[in-house]
Amino acid sequence: MSAVVATAPPQAAGKVARRRRRRMPWSRRVFVLVTLGLPFAFYAVFVLWPFVQAFIYSLTNWSGFSDTFEFVGLANYKALLQDDIFLKAVRNNLLLALVVPFVTIALSLALATMVTVGGSSTGAVRGLSRSSFYRIVSFFPYTIPAIVIGLIWSQMFDPSSGLVNALLTGIGLDQFKSFAWLGEVTTAMPVTMFVIIWGFVGFYMVLFIAAIKGIPAELYDAARVDGAGRLRMTFMVTLPMVRETIQTAYVYLGILALDAFVYMAALNASGGPQNSTLTMTQDLFNTAFKKGQFGMASAMGVFLAVVTLLFAAVVFLVNRLTKGKDR
Amino acid sequence: MAVANPPRTAGDTKVVAPNESPASKGDRTVTVVSHIVLTLWSIIVILPLVWVFLSSWKTTGEIFSSPLALPQHWSFDNYVKAWNDSNIGRYLLNSVIVVTCSLVLVMILGAAAAYSLARYPFPGSGIVYYLILAGLTFPIFLAIVPLFFVLKNAGLLNTLPGLIATYVAFAFPFTVFFLYPFFRALPQEIAEAAELDGAGEWRTFAQVMLPMARPGIVAIAIFNFLGLWNQFLLPVALNTNESNYVLSQGMARFASQAGYAVDFGQLFAAVVITIVPVLVVYIFSQRQLQGSLSQGTLK
Repeated sequence: MSAVVATAPPQAAGKVARRRRRRMPWSRRVFVLVTLGLPFAFYAVFVLWPFVQAFIYSLTNWSGFSDTFEFVGLANYKALLQDDIFLKAVRNNLLLALVVPFVTIALSLALATMVTVGGSSTGAVRGLSRSSFYRIVSFFPYTIPAIVIGLIWSQMFDPSSGLVNALLTGIGLDQFKSFAWLGEVTTAMPVTMFVIIWGFVGFYMVLFIAAIKGIPAELYDAARVDGAGRLRMTFMVTLPMVRETIQTAYVYLGILALDAFVYMAALNASGGPQNSTLTMTQDLFNTAFKKGQFGMASAMGVFLAVVTLLFAAVVFLVNRLTKGKDR
Repeated sequence: MAVANPPRTAGDTKVVAPNESPASKGDRTVTVVSHIVLTLWSIIVILPLVWVFLSSWKTTGEIFSSPLALPQHWSFDNYVKAWNDSNIGRYLLNSVIVVTCSLVLVMILGAAAAYSLARYPFPGSGIVYYLILAGLTFPIFLAIVPLFFVLKNAGLLNTLPGLIATYVAFAFPFTVFFLYPFFRALPQEIAEAAELDGAGEWRTFAQVMLPMARPGIVAIAIFNFLGLWNQFLLPVALNTNESNYVLSQGMARFASQAGYAVDFGQLFAAVVITIVPVLVVYIFSQRQLQGSLSQGTLK
């Protein structure tokens, strides 16, 4: 979560740096070597080294089953940019990254606002009574593994035995009898987005409730004295004060939407009708472990990494640009 | 930060102003609408879970004949079959082994590394910090192909120790990143006092500094548990031997069989078996859990 909010790197602290001029005693060197050096070496072998290798493999035509491979330069990347299926997957991922974070954050922020400042407006700002029930229940999905969330909803949306169609036909909407939500091009993607959003709203609602409760009450009191209504207070006090939390949530949810592999595995493992829910990650997985084209799959991985970094950069940039005035 | 006296905040005022002045009409509308919207959302959350629970007691025939009907007999058949025939029992055991081992390991390695990095900077520790940050930024999918061969060459492919190693390695950067500010915020004077009293580096760390970072440790342990319990890509790609499957892979089998030979009663029972343990723990500890998660994250 706070994953993307960079804290100051070690050297920044002046106090500690001054102490550094004294040479580290041997016992301390051993301590640092064991506590930091060993775990870091382990991490380097299993995480950093594969990352570096991926860049190298992406420039080769390695099929995985042969020991030898040739360097083919950027040929894999050129092929990717002409591969209609991969480009379709890229578009699907971008759509997910555009919609999922926005809807999740808007919904969880709205629910959090209702819980925290939905109470009476005479006297001090106060939360809604008996609201802990909502808070506890909304968090449920976060404790359920994503693959199981996908399974539950693929059953819910099942054309003949699912609850959704049973309820809709139950209230007289007969056109939904045996309607295949996940099998129609127009509904497969929206339904998939809904499932992902369902899984995360509760978690971010809890985060936002904590963030809003951390806002000094004086700010709300002052805004009220100035005659601000609820809506105005939400936009003028709450939103600016939880800005950093929103940014973190945006990046985190965006990364998740660019992945989305596990949800697709449960909802539409083969890419959905006319590849309408195919993601880059699914394409990558199949290219590597079904077709054995490891060079090409690595190029897809690099492409995904670049898109992820660009997404994070855009979020930071937008946040900085819109902050402007009050700095 | 976490230790400072909290200022008066919007959430606290419930206690400060208990005066029950009659709410104005507009107020009551807002309150009522808020309750309605929140109740609606709660229903959307709970309804699928209740439906899954009820369906887990039905036979496959009943499930297909009417999604709305209640089960006719309450028997444990589906649960027994899911546990034995669909091997959910075995997968659950594998999951518990893998997640427990990797959680313990990553907490030890992560806490030690974060502490060392925060307290004893050396030339190059900035680079180490950014390399750890890099592991957080790049998607696991970038590493998955080479990782497959790293494990294969080490003879760890399709084994539980191999899976544990990758779980630890990929949970490591977030753990360090999360704990680093906690150790950074601890007063140096206390560590120095402990050292003056004769405690070495190891004792200072384990008995003095580590307990003080407890709020951060609890929060990241919960995050890591949920993250590892949820993990899907790593086992699916690196652990394809069926007897070593973890729970998420066992559940994915139901999805990949998609309608053909699926026993839906077993599927629903397996879903309930997967959800209930964590959900029960959550319900009983939700106050502390949500408290430490948000406290840790907003730091």
